[in-house]
Amino acid sequence: MNASPRPLLVCAIFVATAVLIAASLVTGGGYAWSDVLAMEGDGALVLAASRVPRTLALLLSGAGLAVSGILMQMIARNRFVEPSTAGTVESAGLGILLTLLLMPGAPVVVRMLIAAMVALAGSALFLMLLSRLPLGSALMVPLVGIMLGGIFDAVTSFLAYRFDLLQSIGAFGSGDFSIVLRGRYEFLWIIAALVAAAYATAARFTILGMGEAVAIGVGLNYRRLVAFGLIIVSVVTAVVVVTVGAVPFVGLIVPNVVSLILGDDLRRSLPIVATGGALLVLGSDVGGRLIIAPYEIPVGTIMGVIGSLGFLVLIFGRRGHAT
Amino acid sequence: MIEIDKISKRYGQTTVIDAVSLAIPRGGVVGIVGPNGAGKSTLLSIMSRLTKTDAGRVSIDGLDVTKAPGRELARRLSVMRQENHVAARLTVQDLVAFGRFPHNRGRPTREDTEQVATAISFVGLEAMADRFLDQLSGGQRQRAFVAMTLAQDADYALFDEPLNNLDIHHAVSMMRLFRRMGDQPGKTVVIVLHDLNVAAAYADRIIVMQDGRMVGDGPPANVINRRLLSEVFRVEGDVIDIDGRRVVSVAR
Repeated sequence: MNASPRPLLVCAIFVATAVLIAASLVTGGGYAWSDVLAMEGDGALVLAASRVPRTLALLLSGAGLAVSGILMQMIARNRFVEPSTAGTVESAGLGILLTLLLMPGAPVVVRMLIAAMVALAGSALFLMLLSRLPLGSALMVPLVGIMLGGIFDAVTSFLAYRFDLLQSIGAFGSGDFSIVLRGRYEFLWIIAALVAAAYATAARFTILGMGEAVAIGVGLNYRRLVAFGLIIVSVVTAVVVVTVGAVPFVGLIVPNVVSLILGDDLRRSLPIVATGGALLVLGSDVGGRLIIAPYEIPVGTIMGVIGSLGFLVLIFGRRGHAT
Repeated sequence: MIEIDKISKRYGQTTVIDAVSLAIPRGGVVGIVGPNGAGKSTLLSIMSRLTKTDAGRVSIDGLDVTKAPGRELARRLSVMRQENHVAARLTVQDLVAFGRFPHNRGRPTREDTEQVATAISFVGLEAMADRFLDQLSGGQRQRAFVAMTLAQDADYALFDEPLNNLDIHHAVSMMRLFRRMGDQPGKTVVIVLHDLNVAAAYADRIIVMQDGRMVGDGPPANVINRRLLSEVFRVEGDVIDIDGRRVVSVAR
């Protein structure tokens, strides 16, 4: 297999995304697609207030989570790491709870900032643990992350239980895009800026994946770059978790599949990783709207199923060059 | 000139580098030899600013390695380490091209592309340029990393045991390559080696390390002798002259 860009595959991904965008705009409970298309009755309103925002939210979240995954994998130099296997998502959840607890009336932007800061601290703690622990196998790395996440989760649940906030934290447990409406998703546009920033520094993040020695050897400021990467990952995670809830495994599956086909020169692969993430989350959501229509299955649940299966495939299939 | 001024490094109670001072002027091939655990790799690691010292300082052409900007240093000094664990799935071409990073900051020019192609052909991996590193043998991967260091085109190139994983054919062509590099004006090659015969055959100067100290320094003819074998390497053997080159023959 060589690394020349696969034009056919790239085209297929973009076409599939375009088709799903169209599907997402016309799929959903209550309104027939013909009404929406004809913009008759409430069709125009549904489109503008719900379907378009929801579709944009899905695209932005998917792209952001997939890019976060590949950045974490370069930083931790491990193929099995992404925000939900590194304690990032769970620490963001803890941050949200702390805001609810200490500043119940705080605006969404404050909640996001605090969630992002706690997520940053949680992910940094994860990296510190990795550098201190003797890790026999590449599989130990996500296990450490999942355990750390479990601890954050336990603290969050305990606090929520003690202060009668269990219902409020239930909302960010599982990503659900049915709540997305115009005026309630716009913070997700931050992700577009962060993905652009990651793309602008793609060469540096690729070098990060070659290790600290190589990075320093070619003149990079290793610590500053790791911090920059973690900030991107933490803010993306916090914005997604606060707006729609956790969507696990996107950052695991998409970067691994893209890496197998295109390799990991992020200058080349990052746009495909971002598009692939958008495609996966969008597809899961459209599927979730159809399976038990007119009811919905949340994306978080669908990704949990697809993701854990994908995780197993990766563990068995990619162990060879994951170490 | 690389100037090393009384550097020391301890890990807990163990002193791995003990007040080593050394000057490496521009030009030529310098071999660093010594038994396992002598501190050779740590010395290289400190010179290339990957490990901090407990005392002393290292400067490259007058730039303190702990203070000068990374980019400035990366154009003067390159390093290839023994362990190269790469998580990113890269092709040989990608990897070698990143050697140009100190010069182009990730935006390659035509000149960069030419240098990368030359570096790949120097190590004989032209046919493998589009292969991913995880599809190569250990020796091929080793050569790809050497090519990356070549592409960096620094004034001082440091290599830690670059002959690991190489068969005798590739080991010899690698040493010839280092010799050619060291013969270019203004270029210096510093190599940690474990094979004394290789060091004697290709280096202009040999530095001997033992227990974190420098115990020998000079041209091969002055350094490689029976005393070195018995006192530093703790083996009995003969040193023979063949065509004016020192050859070590260890007693069975």
